[in-house]
Order: sequence, then C-alpha cells, then structure tokens
Amino acid sequence: MEGMETPVVEIEHLKMSFGENAVLKDVNIKIAKGENLIVFGKSGSGKSVLIKCMVGLLSPDSGKIVILGHNMIDLKNDELNALRKKIGFLFQSAALYDSMTVGENLAFPFRDLKDQSKEETAELVKEVLINVGLEEAIDKMPSELSGGMRKRVGLARTLILKPDIILYDEPTTGLDPITSKEISQLILDVQKKYNTTSVIITHDVECARITGNRMIIIKDGVAFAEGTFQELSTSKDEWIHSFFE
Amino acid sequence: MALGLRLKLKEAIDKVVVKPSENLYTEALRDFFYETSRLTLFAVRFFREMTRPPFEFKEFLRQSYLVGYKSFPLVGITGFIMGLVLTIQSRPTLEEFGAESWLPAMVAISIIREIGPVITALIFAGKVGSGIGAELASMKVTEQIDAMEVSGLNPYKYVVVTRILSTSLMLPALVIVADAIALYGSYVGVNLKGDVSFQLFFLKVFQKLSFTDITPAIIKTVFFGFAVGLIGCYKGYVSNNGTEGVGTAANTSVVIGSLAIFIIDMIAVQITSLFT
Repeated sequence: MEGMETPVVEIEHLKMSFGENAVLKDVNIKIAKGENLIVFGKSGSGKSVLIKCMVGLLSPDSGKIVILGHNMIDLKNDELNALRKKIGFLFQSAALYDSMTVGENLAFPFRDLKDQSKEETAELVKEVLINVGLEEAIDKMPSELSGGMRKRVGLARTLILKPDIILYDEPTTGLDPITSKEISQLILDVQKKYNTTSVIITHDVECARITGNRMIIIKDGVAFAEGTFQELSTSKDEWIHSFFE
Repeated sequence: MALGLRLKLKEAIDKVVVKPSENLYTEALRDFFYETSRLTLFAVRFFREMTRPPFEFKEFLRQSYLVGYKSFPLVGITGFIMGLVLTIQSRPTLEEFGAESWLPAMVAISIIREIGPVITALIFAGKVGSGIGAELASMKVTEQIDAMEVSGLNPYKYVVVTRILSTSLMLPALVIVADAIALYGSYVGVNLKGDVSFQLFFLKVFQKLSFTDITPAIIKTVFFGFAVGLIGCYKGYVSNNGTEGVGTAANTSVVIGSLAIFIIDMIAVQITSLFT
C-alpha cells in the first residue's frame, strides 16, 4: 500500500512450513490503523496459519511480524502476553469455555488484572453483551447457545479487552445467510465504534463485501493478489474471478 | 512447548537413537524417548509454574471438588466391596490353621499397606485420569486452550497446574476414606459367619497397625495422584488429532496412568522395605 502512514501490522518475508509442506513461502502485508483487511484463499492455503503466526500461536520459520511496533518473534513470554491483550482473536468455532457461563467466559480475560474490581468487570461484561445484542444470555452455558449466538459471544469476549487489532478466523462459517449478514454487519459496527484494525479470514463473498476495505488473496504461499473488493471481483484473472462467482 | 523446541528435541533424539539401519524397534525406541522427554519437560514446567504467582486458587478448589468429592461414591462402594470380599476369601485359609482371630489384623494390613492405595488409585486413574485426558484434548480440539493463550493468560497454570495439584492432594484423602470403608466392609464380612463386636474388631485391627504401615502407604498415594494428573493433563494438552485424539488421550491416560501406579508402587515398596 503506497502512501500508508505507520502501519499497525507489518509482515515481511514470512515463511512457515509443517515438515516438508511449505504453507507460507513469502508473505508481505502491511495494514493501516482502522483498516479491515480481508484474506481470501483456497482451503489449506495458509490463511489461518497466517493469523495464528500474527498472535504468536505458531512460530514462523523466518520473516518478520511487527505488530503495534513490536516484532512478535523477538518477544519474551511476558511481553508477548502483554501484546496479546491488545489483539483480539475470534476463533472459527468461537472457542467458548464449556465449563463457564457466558458471563464468566467474558470476565475470564480479566482474571489476572488486580487493579480492576469485580463491579467494573461486571459492568464491562454487560456493556459488550449489549453491543452484540445478547444481554439476556449472561447466565447461559455455551451449550445452550445457537451457532450465531456463540459467534456473538466470542466476539464480545474479543471486544471486552478493547483491542487495537481483531483477527477473525472465518467468522461466518457454518451460519445461515441471514445470521452471516448480521455477523458481518456487527464486525463493521465494531470497527466503526472502537476504531479497531481487523484482519478477516473468510470464504464468504458477502462478508468480504460488507466488511472489507481491502483484500488479499493467498495462493501458493504468497499474497497473490491485492486490491479493493470492487477491483478483485471484476478481475480479468480467471482464478481470482472464480472466488466471486 | 514451543514448536521450535519440540523440533530440536526430536532432532536430538533422532541423532542419538536412529541408526542408518532403522527398523520398527528403533522407531518405537525413538518414540519412547521422545514421549518420555516431552513428559519430563511437561513435569518440570509444572513445578516451575506452580511456584509462580498468580495462583489459581478458586479453580484449584473447583477441581478438587470435581476430582475428590465427585469420586467419593465410586471409591466408597469399591472400598466396601474390597474389604468384604477380601475377608470372605481369606477366612477359609485362616480357618484351616485355626487363625480365624487374625482375620481383622490381616485384612487391615493388606488393605492399608497395599490393596487400598493401589485399587483406589487404579479406580481413580480410570475415572479421573480418563476424564482429564478427554477434557483437555477436547479443549485443545475446540481451540479453548488457544483462546486462553491469545487472551494473554497462561492456560498451563489454569488448566494443568490446578488439575495436577488436585489429583495429588485428593487421591490420598480418597484412599483414607476408602481404607476406612474397606475396614467397615471387612467388619461386615467377619460378621457374616461370626459374631464380633465393632469395638473388638477395630481393637484387633489397631493392635497390629502402626504408623509405619499407614504413613508410607499414604505418602505413595500423593505420587500416584501426581502421576494420574500429570499423564492425563499431558495426553490431553498435547493431543492434536481432532476428535479421534480425544478418545486416544482418554484411553492412553488410563493405560499409562495405571502402569505408572504399578511402577511407583514397586519403587515405594522397595524404599519402604529399607526402613522397616
């Protein structure tokens, strides 16, 4: 991206392989503050691996991932955990803790913050649940929630720490078209309200259209194409175009 | 464990164990060393994390309730049957020698020293070890452990340390309860064919029991509990084969946990015999 101010995410020459299988060969991405970047690609192309590297769940073989001015690869455990509090991650399955209620799930990230009272935490839990439209679900167990509700609670848990960056791993997968649209709109609302920077991994064209400012398509371990939704959806390249059919 | 460290560990073991003429045995040997070294590192991490704040006291209490209190009915019933059956089975042999009056003492020593701790630990491995293995593997598969990690929290401390501490402390308590109930079962067994008062039965029991019978037996159950918790947590925490991995983690937690109980028991008996 030419002319970008200091990017909040800067990925350079990222390489990651599992045994002989090189998943990411040379990925270079820059993301500006407040931007919603859509990452497209075939299944197994390394999209989820990319965001797992960004949050330190996987260690890349080589390359540089600079997030909010910190190179993830050089960070010690404590520094990495401190940085992770500024990065939200919405898992594909929402990854709610089965043994806790919705309220406890949301309060969980605050358990080691001594300077925050229980009342303040309860207030925040209530606030984010209202933001995702699920204030009545606070005492429910995850097993009592529908797929769409789980995604909303997962998003609420991501939002509760008020992160600067949110990484979404296929946020609309497994949802019906109406709920998918609601979740996509919610992602956009969250971005506007909290001015977050987002990376959204998705196969859902409608979600990409609603939420994305910019898109990249990963092919053969590199960022094969880059542009706006409009540019890529009208691309002459048959392979790129096939994503939008 | 970081991916880089795992790969280095595997490479190091490959260099030592795998020769050019690699066959099935060397591969099995390599896997054994690899698993053992990873389990050792996992245990070392437990001791390191256990001593560092913050301490997850509330979760530890919750796990102790689940692991200890919820196992109580099973352990109690097993203990009662254990005492009853052992008494019924031993009586004919002692009758042959006219040593029927030794029945309470003999059963008590067998139960307190060996049968109570080992049987209870095996039941515990079956119920709790498999549960921990399956639960953690399921948390891994559904990315709950990753979710804790990306929240900037330490899942090892919350998930693993609390469970291993609970199993290490709850198993001795369960064994004490199981032993007491087994002795009561023995009292019932004695009275199926006789008429011995409650006071006389327990007088006979405590005449022959000493602290050298009770203390080592209870101490070894701390190690049994530690092994069950450690293996269950390890198998669940490193599981990565999807839903199939959940079943495998539960199964191997019980199998390896039970084997560990026998190995620890063998070592404990050798050590105890040095002092008695």
